[in-house]
Amino acid sequence: MTEEPLLQVRDLKVHFKLGKRGLFGEPSFVHAVDGVSFDVAPGTTFGIVGESGSGKTTSALAVMRLVEATGGSVMLGGTDVLQLQGEALRMARRRMQIIFQDPYSSLNPRVRAGAIVREPLELLDVGSPAEWDERVAELFRLVGLRPEQRALFPHQFSGGQRQRIGIARALATNPEVIVCDEPVSALDVAIQAQILNLLRRLQSELGLTYLFISHDLGVVQHMCDEIAVMYLGQIVERADRISLFRQPLHPYTWALLSAVPSAAPSAKGGQNRVRLQGDPPSPIDLPPGCRFAGRCPFAEDRCRQSDPPLRAIRPGHLVACHLVSDDGKAPHMEAIEA
Amino acid sequence: MAPPLLSVRDLRVEFDTRDGIIPVIQNLSFDLHAGGTLGIVGESGCGKSMTALAVMGLVPGPMGRIAGGSIRLDGEDLVAAGEQRLRQVRGNEISMVFQEPMTSLNPVFTVGDQIGETVRLHQGLSRREAVNRAIEMLRAVGIPAPEKRVHEYPHQLSGGMRQRVMIAMALACRPRVLIADEPTTALDVTVQAQIFDLLQDLQAETGTAIILITHDMGAIAELAERVIVMYAGRKVEDGPVGEILGQPLHPYTKGLIRCVPHLEADPPVERRELMEIPGVVPGLSQLGGVGCPFSPRCSESRPDCNMMPVEKAGPGDHSVACWAVSEAAS
Repeated sequence: MTEEPLLQVRDLKVHFKLGKRGLFGEPSFVHAVDGVSFDVAPGTTFGIVGESGSGKTTSALAVMRLVEATGGSVMLGGTDVLQLQGEALRMARRRMQIIFQDPYSSLNPRVRAGAIVREPLELLDVGSPAEWDERVAELFRLVGLRPEQRALFPHQFSGGQRQRIGIARALATNPEVIVCDEPVSALDVAIQAQILNLLRRLQSELGLTYLFISHDLGVVQHMCDEIAVMYLGQIVERADRISLFRQPLHPYTWALLSAVPSAAPSAKGGQNRVRLQGDPPSPIDLPPGCRFAGRCPFAEDRCRQSDPPLRAIRPGHLVACHLVSDDGKAPHMEAIEA
Repeated sequence: MAPPLLSVRDLRVEFDTRDGIIPVIQNLSFDLHAGGTLGIVGESGCGKSMTALAVMGLVPGPMGRIAGGSIRLDGEDLVAAGEQRLRQVRGNEISMVFQEPMTSLNPVFTVGDQIGETVRLHQGLSRREAVNRAIEMLRAVGIPAPEKRVHEYPHQLSGGMRQRVMIAMALACRPRVLIADEPTTALDVTVQAQIFDLLQDLQAETGTAIILITHDMGAIAELAERVIVMYAGRKVEDGPVGEILGQPLHPYTKGLIRCVPHLEADPPVERRELMEIPGVVPGLSQLGGVGCPFSPRCSESRPDCNMMPVEKAGPGDHSVACWAVSEAAS
């Protein structure tokens, strides 16, 4: 990418401390996010995918300063968001906003829709009170709601409309970065398309930059320009959307893609399919070596001994796996041919 | 062909509400053959889960009731059967896997007790025999160390394991029909794939017929042989899975398939807008009208849509209830 990144995340870590084991025991830690780095160019969408417990949402919350990071840096423009305190942090919140997963629990049921959207304007002192009403009406139109609906309460809206209110609220302060945390996974299938099309339209009209969190690979493939695959707190593969889906290098990415049921009738039968055994291990007290080794069908001794670094196989395509050769040969490619 | 194992004809389910009597399921007919898998798709509120509850004899009373039609299991009409007979059927001949493994297991009993309960009740096994059967079932659904797990409580298991326990419980009496209501929506894709494999393996072994209720066309393609598409309590399209996914006829089915971004192995560089189905599913009080319930959201709606479309046979054993289609097909 030639453009200067708008968001630069470096070595982000979020560890949660658990209680001590016994009176004199060592405290144990949950390594929810463990050294995550990525860049997001302005006007693009960066996707993070992974299973539950992989740390994708925690990464996004740490970038938003909604969860305290243990280490690392998050550069938005030229400022490190993780170092900001007090008033400076409050002002930085104008520049980054979030759309939550569940439009039912993320809107206050006792506040009218217009007031929900106006709230960020009031709290972050955007514009003058005289302009707020007009701005809220404009935001309603922008997300496909009617300005008259400002006086209604959240329960009077459908799920898709509620998510539009959530989007209008996130847009209120004219942010540069919007974190979309599973923005459609709580919605009915037919409504998802409405919200995804709206997000893409807003991006092209307003030049927004999205950090897009999802476990739905079809949605990520449609929405994101660059994608990171996370497993147990670390990025195992990172690439642009074309390379990642055409040529997944990490065995986990490959397994994840092949686990998605295909709606194409020709693909019925599940050929070339790999099945991972078991569930992801607990992120507490991780074993040494590659975190995926326990479920990886190709794991060797070295995988269980040393942690593979994230390295570039091609410009822009990074993978953390001992078994991928420098010229981009991955173990599962041979397995398919054989 | 052998007579169907489960045959539902003209099913009608009604609810008493403040707005009067509302038909939540109307004119629903389908057949399920032994060893077959039928998929039921549609958005939430289309009557998919209510269909499952009706087959189980679990329509919530007193405000809800089966108001007409028949549900025949091997010729026996379950609509006419008494509560005592239904208790013998439920869990024994027809059983169900619910959507949320977190909330449908009892947190204060061990998984062994819960799996064992069905066999003790229906097959009169002793407590010790029931534990052995539970261990056997846990092994069959691929839970490691079943002798140990059988004495654990639901909170000690992961989401995927809880869903396996639900399946073990449902299959403990070797039912002839298994209803799986969104069995994998709460699970990760890699675990979902394991559960699908498990269902297919168990079906091949035991010959259980499966009704799979889902909104995921991918899951349908993976598991089902026949598909029913439901909208507002009615069947709008019915056919073999390949035809429904390959040549959908009803505008609603087309929308359901095209509005989802499907994962492609070779994604195009240019991304098109997703097709949208405007609006939302009609609410309870809007059901029971005279016109096609989908017409307010339909891009192909026409004056005829003021009247209820009749189910019309398409090519093969594919049927569809839409005015726009019947004309194009003729």
